[in-house]
Amino acid sequence: MTVINAPATALRQPFFKKPSILPGFGLTLGFTLSYLGVLVLLPLAALVVKAGGLGWVGFWTAVTSPRVLAAFQVSFGLSFVAALVNAVFGFLVAWVLVRYDFPGRRLVDALVDLPFALPTAVAGIALSALYAPNGWVGKPLNDLFGLKVAFTPIGIAVALTFIGLPFVVRTVQPILQDLPPEEEEAAASLGASRLQTFFSVIMPALLPALVTGFALSFARGVGEYGSVIFIAGNMPGLTEILPLLIVIKLEQYDYVGSAAVGTAMLLVSFLMLLVLNLLQQWMRSRHAR
Amino acid sequence: MSLRRLSILAAGLTLAWLGVAAADSRDALLNVSYDPTRELYVDFNKTFAKHWQSETGNTLNVRQSHGGSGKQARSVIDGLDADVVTLALGYDIDAIADAGLLPKNWQSRLPYNSSPYTSTIVFLVRKGNPKAIKDWGDLVKPAVQVITPNPKTSGGARWNYLAAWAYALQANGGDEAKAKDFITRLFKNVPVLDSGARGATVTFTQRELGDVLLAWENEAYLSLQEFGADKFEIVVPSLSILAEPPVAVVDKVVDRKGTRKVAEAYLQFLYTREGQEIAAKNYYRPRLPELATQYAGRFADVKLVTIEQFGGWRAAQEKHFSDGGVFDQIFQGR
Amino acid sequence: MPADNTSASSARSESAWVRWTLIGGALLFLALFLLLPLVVVFAEALRRGVDAYWTALTEPDAVAAIQLTLTVAAIAVPANLLFGVAASWCIAKFDFRGKNLLITLIDLPFSVSPVVSGLIYVLLFGMNGLFGPYLRSHGIQIIFAVPGLVLATIFVTFPFVARELIPLMEEQGSDEEEAALVLGASGWQTFWRVTIPNIKWGLLYGVLLCNARAMGEFGAVSVVSGHIRGETNTMPLHVEILYNEYNFVAAFAVASLLAMLALVTLVVKSALEWRFGDELAATRH
Repeated sequence: MTVINAPATALRQPFFKKPSILPGFGLTLGFTLSYLGVLVLLPLAALVVKAGGLGWVGFWTAVTSPRVLAAFQVSFGLSFVAALVNAVFGFLVAWVLVRYDFPGRRLVDALVDLPFALPTAVAGIALSALYAPNGWVGKPLNDLFGLKVAFTPIGIAVALTFIGLPFVVRTVQPILQDLPPEEEEAAASLGASRLQTFFSVIMPALLPALVTGFALSFARGVGEYGSVIFIAGNMPGLTEILPLLIVIKLEQYDYVGSAAVGTAMLLVSFLMLLVLNLLQQWMRSRHAR
Repeated sequence: MSLRRLSILAAGLTLAWLGVAAADSRDALLNVSYDPTRELYVDFNKTFAKHWQSETGNTLNVRQSHGGSGKQARSVIDGLDADVVTLALGYDIDAIADAGLLPKNWQSRLPYNSSPYTSTIVFLVRKGNPKAIKDWGDLVKPAVQVITPNPKTSGGARWNYLAAWAYALQANGGDEAKAKDFITRLFKNVPVLDSGARGATVTFTQRELGDVLLAWENEAYLSLQEFGADKFEIVVPSLSILAEPPVAVVDKVVDRKGTRKVAEAYLQFLYTREGQEIAAKNYYRPRLPELATQYAGRFADVKLVTIEQFGGWRAAQEKHFSDGGVFDQIFQGR
Repeated sequence: MPADNTSASSARSESAWVRWTLIGGALLFLALFLLLPLVVVFAEALRRGVDAYWTALTEPDAVAAIQLTLTVAAIAVPANLLFGVAASWCIAKFDFRGKNLLITLIDLPFSVSPVVSGLIYVLLFGMNGLFGPYLRSHGIQIIFAVPGLVLATIFVTFPFVARELIPLMEEQGSDEEEAALVLGASGWQTFWRVTIPNIKWGLLYGVLLCNARAMGEFGAVSVVSGHIRGETNTMPLHVEILYNEYNFVAAFAVASLLAMLALVTLVVKSALEWRFGDELAATRH
């Protein structure tokens, strides 16, 4: 039981940490920092160091080459589209789950998390089988509308929609649940139509959550690999996503190039994490009103 | 038990298990190969294991890893413990040699440029050949969709590309600008670029995308076998390329693992009558003259250019497939 | 909670046809995007009958892949469990500088692309990497072997447990632990008898999600695996290989196992949420 009696005294100065009678701070923080450092920060540093071998100019040239830029466009553009689709339908699903009662509601509620739980490779081959020109959904779409989904940008958007849906539903749902009924009732009693109430009372209250869900879904889409590669055509400039480009560069012995693209993606991740934190603060402050 | 003791225990267990993982490589070979050889080496490994057991009394377990040829070479360079590599083209083994894992003269260590079998590139089209594809020239027609893997990662795709280039040069009296234009138009007709030959075959046969698949000869025959000759047919173009997929022992690995003897025997067995039979049965063109004659009826007679006409693999790779090479240039116009 | 449709809340609800159109639209969307992919996995897996399905699952390479996936998860999940408990203890029970930065860093692996998660270990432990040559000269193989798969899996599942526990423990505060300590319990006793019972469902919830991801990860392990059949192929990688060998029935058969894992995860997760919703509340806002 040395745990209690051996606090890291150096860390116990009030400047760094508020005093507490609870034990184990030194041990747990030490373990947390070393685990985090060895398994996450050190490897990420290796990535940045490798890319740093290019120098600023080299790095800039590497990540602004036409093929990389095109992949950025594909990844960001289609993630944006998918996040938009999710914002609309995710909102709809959240609305229906919270506001209406229908048979099987709880089952549907549970099913929404499927994309979190289903391995991405399984999602990838399943979607690819469904939307291929001879698949259950792909064939009618192809025969009736001449619309090709698999191996085109639409296919990527479909996969990213699948992956990102729960983010929107699960961010909007709790906020919608806690929405106080008084404001809606007040609006109605003041003579507002249901649609007016929706847009002037409900939407503003849900907007932060909706934007946060959108951003989460978007962020996930940009990095997604497993579910996309099976259904994407992988054509440079057209259906080649960023993560695939990293893999391709790696396969061509271009370690530095793939590290450069990886670092660029990492920077983007940082940026999105920052934006998300700000969004969540916004959401909390709005919600706490 | 304190947390500290728990973590010491965990660390100990991890180390012990690392040790086990590292020690467990006896009586086993790892053959790192390219995409379409899966079926060939399933057959070959069985036969060789039997042969090895009757010779030495030892049981042998051959592990396989398959993927795009370039990608596989990269893994070996990065530390994938391949005892032997059996890749799609010489350049990929050159890259392994450049990394110091085997001597640069590897190609002269086994007969026939270290290629125990050869192959070529043919077209696989849908039954009845609805788009009437007869030769390379038909591939650049506007309404034709061509399926080929990505030359950057797939060896077969590089052979595809070079065969098309050779045809275009010949058709245009050696005019490189026209050949480049031809290749550009050809790749405009490509809707999907898979990373390996097998992925491309799946796209064409199973996903029913495209009108023509540029495929290894063996891969095309295998597709007929798998999916039935009533679905696809093979078209042999007027000109193709002699593809020589090479094999090599990875010296650094076999010396460390002590598997040199079995690795060398494994590759040499590819050149025996038995090994050549297996290759021929899997639609690879055998090298031994008597078997080549025996199985001649199995393979189309087609005019073949060789990689030497491109100045060897290093020159071809540098010019066409390196970063900023011809292949990159044709994609920048899109 | 569903709206109370019976009495005074007509101000909060729509006419029946709007309601059913919206419900219909939502269900159609979910059926198309969520249910159908799930159904197609099982349909394709059973297309050639139960025998072919069974053969595909009992074939040695498939068995090896299943074992490997279980092994990797059996190491990665406990490791992250230990980390999650330690991290949430120091973050939730103490106030110190840089806490927010620490939380952000713990969250970081979620926003890193799986491919990058694999790439970093190749750059670190590959023969061209920082430690690769040194480790090789000492006979230790990390990437293209089980340790690499474990590391990549730990990285992608890193935040799951910590993320469940931090808000939960923050909400519960430290009063109970402090009381126990004042009453003379040791720190270790306090942790086991007070803290653990308080967080056990949240812990289970985190482990569940962590495990689902650990067993299903594809991108990161694909980069660090050498794709050696029967040796370094986890189930998701084996699915890809079978898929590339025209062996669709087998590919979907193995995929169906993973889909079942996903379904079990969802069932247990929903059960936890319904049964212990209050105790998990902090983690679900």
